[in-house]
Amino acid sequence: MSILNLHNDLNTYLILAAVLFGMGMYGLMTRRTLIGMLIASELILAAAAINFMAFNRFTAPDPTVGQIFTLFIMAIATAEATIGLSITIAIYRNYKSVDATDIVDLKG
Amino acid sequence: MNPTDASGILGFLTADGFAGYGDAAVGIVFLFSLTITIIGGFMACNAERLVRAVAGLALCFIGIATIYYFLNSPLLSMMQLLIYVGAVCITIAFAVMLAAPEDDRKHGPANALGGPLGLITAGLITFALIGLAVNTSFDVLPKENMGTAKQIGIELLTTYAVLFKLISVVLLIAIIGALIIARQGRSK
Repeated sequence: MSILNLHNDLNTYLILAAVLFGMGMYGLMTRRTLIGMLIASELILAAAAINFMAFNRFTAPDPTVGQIFTLFIMAIATAEATIGLSITIAIYRNYKSVDATDIVDLKG
Repeated sequence: MNPTDASGILGFLTADGFAGYGDAAVGIVFLFSLTITIIGGFMACNAERLVRAVAGLALCFIGIATIYYFLNSPLLSMMQLLIYVGAVCITIAFAVMLAAPEDDRKHGPANALGGPLGLITAGLITFALIGLAVNTSFDVLPKENMGTAKQIGIELLTTYAVLFKLISVVLLIAIIGALIIARQGRSK
Protein backbone atom coordinates (compact mmCIF):
# COMPACT_ATOMS: atom_id res chain seq x y z
CA MET A 1 0.00 0.00 0.00
CA SER A 2 1.28 3.43 -0.90
CA ILE A 3 2.33 5.80 1.86
CA LEU A 4 0.08 8.45 0.31
CA ASN A 5 -2.96 6.20 0.82
CA LEU A 6 -2.53 5.86 4.59
CA HIS A 7 -5.64 7.90 5.33
CA ASN A 8 -7.90 5.13 4.00
CA ASP A 9 -6.59 2.53 6.43
CA LEU A 10 -8.05 1.87 9.87
CA ASN A 11 -4.70 0.72 11.29
CA THR A 12 -3.11 4.15 10.73
CA TYR A 13 -5.57 5.79 13.09
CA LEU A 14 -5.34 3.00 15.66
CA ILE A 15 -1.54 3.21 15.70
CA LEU A 16 -1.69 7.00 16.02
CA ALA A 17 -4.11 6.68 18.95
CA ALA A 18 -1.86 4.08 20.62
CA VAL A 19 1.18 6.36 20.25
CA LEU A 20 -0.73 9.32 21.72
CA PHE A 21 -1.94 7.09 24.58
CA GLY A 22 1.66 6.00 25.28
CA MET A 23 2.79 9.63 25.31
CA GLY A 24 0.02 10.46 27.77
CA MET A 25 1.01 7.54 30.03
CA TYR A 26 4.65 8.63 29.91
CA GLY A 27 3.68 12.21 30.79
CA LEU A 28 1.46 11.06 33.66
CA MET A 29 4.30 9.00 35.13
CA THR A 30 7.15 11.46 34.67
CA ARG A 31 5.59 14.89 35.20
CA ARG A 32 6.24 16.49 38.58
CA THR A 33 3.55 19.17 38.47
CA LEU A 34 -0.21 18.75 38.57
CA ILE A 35 -0.65 20.88 35.42
CA GLY A 36 1.76 18.65 33.50
CA MET A 37 -0.23 15.60 34.56
CA LEU A 38 -3.43 17.31 33.40
CA ILE A 39 -1.88 17.97 29.96
CA ALA A 40 -0.89 14.29 29.74
CA SER A 41 -4.40 13.16 30.65
CA GLU A 42 -5.76 15.37 27.86
CA LEU A 43 -3.53 13.41 25.46
CA ILE A 44 -5.01 10.13 26.73
CA LEU A 45 -8.57 11.41 26.22
CA ALA A 46 -7.68 12.59 22.72
CA ALA A 47 -6.35 9.11 21.92
CA ALA A 48 -9.63 7.54 23.06
CA ALA A 49 -11.60 10.01 20.94
CA ILE A 50 -9.49 9.22 17.84
CA ASN A 51 -10.21 5.51 18.35
CA PHE A 52 -13.94 6.18 18.55
CA MET A 53 -13.84 8.30 15.39
CA ALA A 54 -11.76 5.73 13.48
CA PHE A 55 -14.10 2.83 14.24
CA ASN A 56 -17.01 5.14 13.53
CA ARG A 57 -15.63 5.92 10.06
CA PHE A 58 -14.54 2.42 9.04
CA THR A 59 -16.65 -0.23 10.72
CA ALA A 60 -19.75 1.13 12.49
CA PRO A 61 -23.07 0.87 10.66
CA ASP A 62 -24.41 4.16 12.07
CA PRO A 63 -21.73 6.89 11.76
CA THR A 64 -23.57 9.33 14.02
CA VAL A 65 -23.03 7.31 17.22
CA GLY A 66 -19.26 7.66 17.36
CA GLN A 67 -19.40 11.37 16.60
CA ILE A 68 -21.93 11.94 19.40
CA PHE A 69 -19.75 9.91 21.78
CA THR A 70 -16.73 12.00 20.82
CA LEU A 71 -18.74 15.17 21.47
CA PHE A 72 -19.54 13.84 24.96
CA ILE A 73 -15.86 13.00 25.51
CA MET A 74 -15.03 16.61 24.60
CA ALA A 75 -17.61 17.95 27.08
CA ILE A 76 -16.39 15.68 29.89
CA ALA A 77 -12.74 16.54 29.14
CA THR A 78 -13.55 20.24 29.30
CA ALA A 79 -15.30 19.82 32.66
CA GLU A 80 -12.36 17.74 33.93
CA ALA A 81 -9.83 20.37 32.84
CA THR A 82 -11.83 23.16 34.48
CA ILE A 83 -12.21 21.36 37.82
CA GLY A 84 -8.61 20.12 37.77
CA LEU A 85 -7.19 23.57 37.12
CA SER A 86 -9.30 25.23 39.79
CA ILE A 87 -8.17 22.56 42.29
CA THR A 88 -4.58 23.20 41.18
CA ILE A 89 -4.96 26.92 41.79
CA ALA A 90 -6.53 26.30 45.21
CA ILE A 91 -3.64 23.95 46.10
CA TYR A 92 -1.13 26.54 44.94
CA ARG A 93 -2.75 29.14 47.18
CA ASN A 94 -2.44 26.88 50.24
CA TYR A 95 0.89 25.14 49.61
CA LYS A 96 2.68 27.69 47.37
CA SER A 97 3.56 24.75 45.12
CA VAL A 98 2.00 22.66 42.35
CA ASP A 99 4.51 19.84 42.71
CA ALA A 100 2.79 16.51 43.29
CA THR A 101 5.49 15.39 45.77
CA ASP A 102 4.84 18.39 48.05
CA ILE A 103 1.16 17.69 48.59
CA VAL A 104 1.49 14.83 51.08
CA ASP A 105 -0.55 16.00 54.07
CA LEU A 106 -2.89 13.02 53.90
CA LYS A 107 -0.08 10.52 53.42
CA GLY A 108 0.05 8.04 56.30
CA MET B 1 -1.94 10.36 -10.80
CA ASN B 2 -0.26 10.79 -14.14
CA PRO B 3 2.67 13.23 -14.18
CA THR B 4 3.16 13.18 -17.92
CA ASP B 5 0.12 15.27 -18.82
CA ALA B 6 1.02 18.07 -16.39
CA SER B 7 2.39 21.15 -18.14
CA GLY B 8 5.84 21.74 -16.68
CA ILE B 9 7.00 21.32 -13.12
CA LEU B 10 4.36 23.69 -11.72
CA GLY B 11 1.55 22.13 -13.72
CA PHE B 12 -0.14 20.79 -10.63
CA LEU B 13 -1.00 24.34 -9.59
CA THR B 14 -3.47 24.71 -12.45
CA ALA B 15 -6.96 23.26 -12.11
CA ASP B 16 -6.47 20.52 -14.70
CA GLY B 17 -3.11 19.48 -13.31
CA PHE B 18 -4.39 19.46 -9.75
CA ALA B 19 -7.09 16.94 -10.62
CA GLY B 20 -4.36 14.47 -11.55
CA TYR B 21 -2.43 15.11 -8.37
CA GLY B 22 -5.49 15.15 -6.10
CA ASP B 23 -4.91 11.85 -4.33
CA ALA B 24 -1.24 12.60 -3.80
CA ALA B 25 -2.10 16.03 -2.37
CA VAL B 26 -4.58 14.46 0.06
CA GLY B 27 -1.96 11.94 1.14
CA ILE B 28 0.65 14.64 1.68
CA VAL B 29 -1.76 16.73 3.78
CA PHE B 30 -2.58 13.64 5.84
CA LEU B 31 1.11 12.88 6.41
CA PHE B 32 1.62 16.50 7.45
CA SER B 33 -1.22 16.35 9.98
CA LEU B 34 0.10 13.04 11.34
CA THR B 35 3.52 14.63 11.77
CA ILE B 36 2.29 17.70 13.63
CA THR B 37 0.11 15.51 15.86
CA ILE B 38 3.07 13.33 16.86
CA ILE B 39 5.43 16.31 17.29
CA GLY B 40 2.83 18.18 19.36
CA GLY B 41 2.19 15.17 21.57
CA PHE B 42 5.93 14.68 22.07
CA MET B 43 6.29 18.34 23.09
CA ALA B 44 3.27 18.09 25.40
CA CYS B 45 4.59 15.10 27.33
CA ASN B 46 8.31 15.85 27.23
CA ALA B 47 8.95 19.63 27.18
CA GLU B 48 10.92 20.95 30.12
CA ARG B 49 8.82 24.11 30.58
CA LEU B 50 5.06 23.90 31.02
CA VAL B 51 4.37 26.77 28.61
CA ARG B 52 6.03 24.77 25.84
CA ALA B 53 4.00 21.74 26.85
CA VAL B 54 0.80 23.77 26.46
CA ALA B 55 1.95 25.00 23.05
CA GLY B 56 2.69 21.40 22.05
CA LEU B 57 -0.75 20.36 23.25
CA ALA B 58 -2.35 23.05 21.07
CA LEU B 59 -0.31 21.84 18.07
CA CYS B 60 -1.33 18.25 18.76
CA PHE B 61 -5.01 19.25 18.96
CA ILE B 62 -4.80 21.13 15.64
CA GLY B 63 -3.37 17.97 14.08
CA ILE B 64 -6.18 15.89 15.60
CA ALA B 65 -8.72 18.35 14.15
CA THR B 66 -7.35 17.69 10.64
CA ILE B 67 -7.45 13.96 11.35
CA TYR B 68 -11.14 14.26 12.29
CA TYR B 69 -11.64 15.95 8.93
CA PHE B 70 -10.10 12.91 7.25
CA LEU B 71 -12.47 10.73 9.29
CA ASN B 72 -15.49 12.27 7.51
CA SER B 73 -16.50 14.63 10.30
CA PRO B 74 -16.07 18.36 9.59
CA LEU B 75 -18.37 19.15 12.55
CA LEU B 76 -16.13 17.37 15.05
CA SER B 77 -13.08 18.94 13.43
CA MET B 78 -14.46 22.40 14.07
CA MET B 79 -15.57 21.45 17.59
CA GLN B 80 -12.04 20.21 18.29
CA LEU B 81 -10.55 23.54 17.22
CA LEU B 82 -13.19 25.51 19.12
CA ILE B 83 -13.23 23.58 22.40
CA TYR B 84 -9.72 22.19 22.77
CA VAL B 85 -7.48 24.72 21.03
CA GLY B 86 -9.68 27.70 21.82
CA ALA B 87 -10.83 26.93 25.35
CA VAL B 88 -8.93 24.12 27.08
CA CYS B 89 -5.43 25.16 25.97
CA ILE B 90 -6.10 28.80 26.91
CA THR B 91 -7.41 27.72 30.33
CA ILE B 92 -4.30 25.58 30.94
CA ALA B 93 -2.11 28.50 29.83
CA PHE B 94 -3.88 30.72 32.38
CA ALA B 95 -3.29 28.15 35.11
CA VAL B 96 0.40 27.91 34.14
CA MET B 97 0.69 31.68 34.48
CA LEU B 98 -1.20 31.76 37.80
CA ALA B 99 0.21 28.75 39.60
CA ALA B 100 3.41 27.34 38.14
CA PRO B 101 6.47 29.35 39.13
CA GLU B 102 9.43 28.42 36.94
CA ASP B 103 12.18 29.55 39.29
CA ASP B 104 11.57 27.26 42.29
CA ARG B 105 10.75 24.13 40.35
CA LYS B 106 12.41 20.88 41.29
CA HIS B 107 14.39 18.57 39.05
CA GLY B 108 14.93 14.86 38.83
CA PRO B 109 12.42 12.02 38.71
CA ALA B 110 9.34 12.40 40.89
CA ASN B 111 8.95 8.71 41.75
CA ALA B 112 10.21 5.26 40.88
CA LEU B 113 8.49 5.36 37.48
CA GLY B 114 9.75 8.86 36.69
CA GLY B 115 12.88 7.96 34.75
CA PRO B 116 13.68 5.33 32.13
CA LEU B 117 11.33 2.87 33.81
CA GLY B 118 8.41 5.12 32.89
CA LEU B 119 9.58 5.28 29.29
CA ILE B 120 9.83 1.48 29.16
CA THR B 121 6.37 1.08 30.68
CA ALA B 122 4.77 3.53 28.27
CA GLY B 123 6.60 1.94 25.33
CA LEU B 124 5.45 -1.54 26.29
CA ILE B 125 1.83 -0.38 26.61
CA THR B 126 2.07 1.36 23.22
CA PHE B 127 3.52 -1.70 21.47
CA ALA B 128 0.94 -3.97 23.08
CA LEU B 129 -1.87 -1.71 21.86
CA ILE B 130 -0.38 -1.47 18.35
CA GLY B 131 0.05 -5.24 18.16
CA LEU B 132 -3.51 -5.77 19.33
CA ALA B 133 -4.87 -3.26 16.81
CA VAL B 134 -2.90 -4.56 13.82
CA ASN B 135 -3.48 -8.26 14.49
CA THR B 136 -7.23 -8.01 15.03
CA SER B 137 -9.60 -8.17 12.09
CA PHE B 138 -12.67 -6.01 12.48
CA ASP B 139 -16.00 -6.70 10.80
CA VAL B 140 -16.94 -3.89 8.43
CA LEU B 141 -20.69 -3.37 8.50
CA PRO B 142 -22.61 -1.60 5.74
CA LYS B 143 -23.36 2.07 6.40
CA GLU B 144 -26.93 2.97 7.29
CA ASN B 145 -26.47 6.72 6.77
CA MET B 146 -23.80 9.29 6.05
CA GLY B 147 -23.39 10.75 9.53
CA THR B 148 -23.89 14.38 8.52
CA ALA B 149 -24.28 17.24 10.97
CA LYS B 150 -28.03 17.27 10.40
CA GLN B 151 -28.32 13.59 11.34
CA ILE B 152 -26.14 14.18 14.41
CA GLY B 153 -28.51 16.96 15.51
CA ILE B 154 -31.58 14.77 15.00
CA GLU B 155 -29.99 11.89 16.95
CA LEU B 156 -28.90 14.23 19.77
CA LEU B 157 -32.43 15.55 20.24
CA THR B 158 -34.21 12.19 19.91
CA THR B 159 -32.20 9.06 20.80
CA TYR B 160 -29.64 10.77 23.04
CA ALA B 161 -31.88 13.50 24.47
CA VAL B 162 -31.39 12.38 28.09
CA LEU B 163 -27.61 12.25 27.70
CA PHE B 164 -27.70 15.67 26.07
CA LYS B 165 -29.51 17.13 29.07
CA LEU B 166 -27.27 15.28 31.55
CA ILE B 167 -24.12 16.61 29.92
CA SER B 168 -25.39 20.18 30.28
CA VAL B 169 -26.07 19.54 33.98
CA VAL B 170 -22.53 18.11 34.35
CA LEU B 171 -21.05 21.21 32.70
CA LEU B 172 -23.14 23.51 34.91
CA ILE B 173 -21.97 21.68 38.05
CA ALA B 174 -18.37 21.85 36.78
CA ILE B 175 -18.60 25.63 36.27
CA ILE B 176 -20.15 26.23 39.71
CA GLY B 177 -17.70 23.87 41.41
CA ALA B 178 -14.70 25.49 39.73
CA LEU B 179 -15.89 28.93 40.81
CA ILE B 180 -16.41 27.81 44.42
CA ILE B 181 -13.08 25.96 44.70
CA ALA B 182 -11.03 28.73 43.11
CA ARG B 183 -12.78 31.46 45.09
CA GLN B 184 -11.96 30.12 48.57
CA GLY B 185 -9.33 32.26 50.24
CA ARG B 186 -10.03 35.27 48.09
CA SER B 187 -13.11 36.51 49.94
CA LYS B 188 -11.27 38.23 52.78
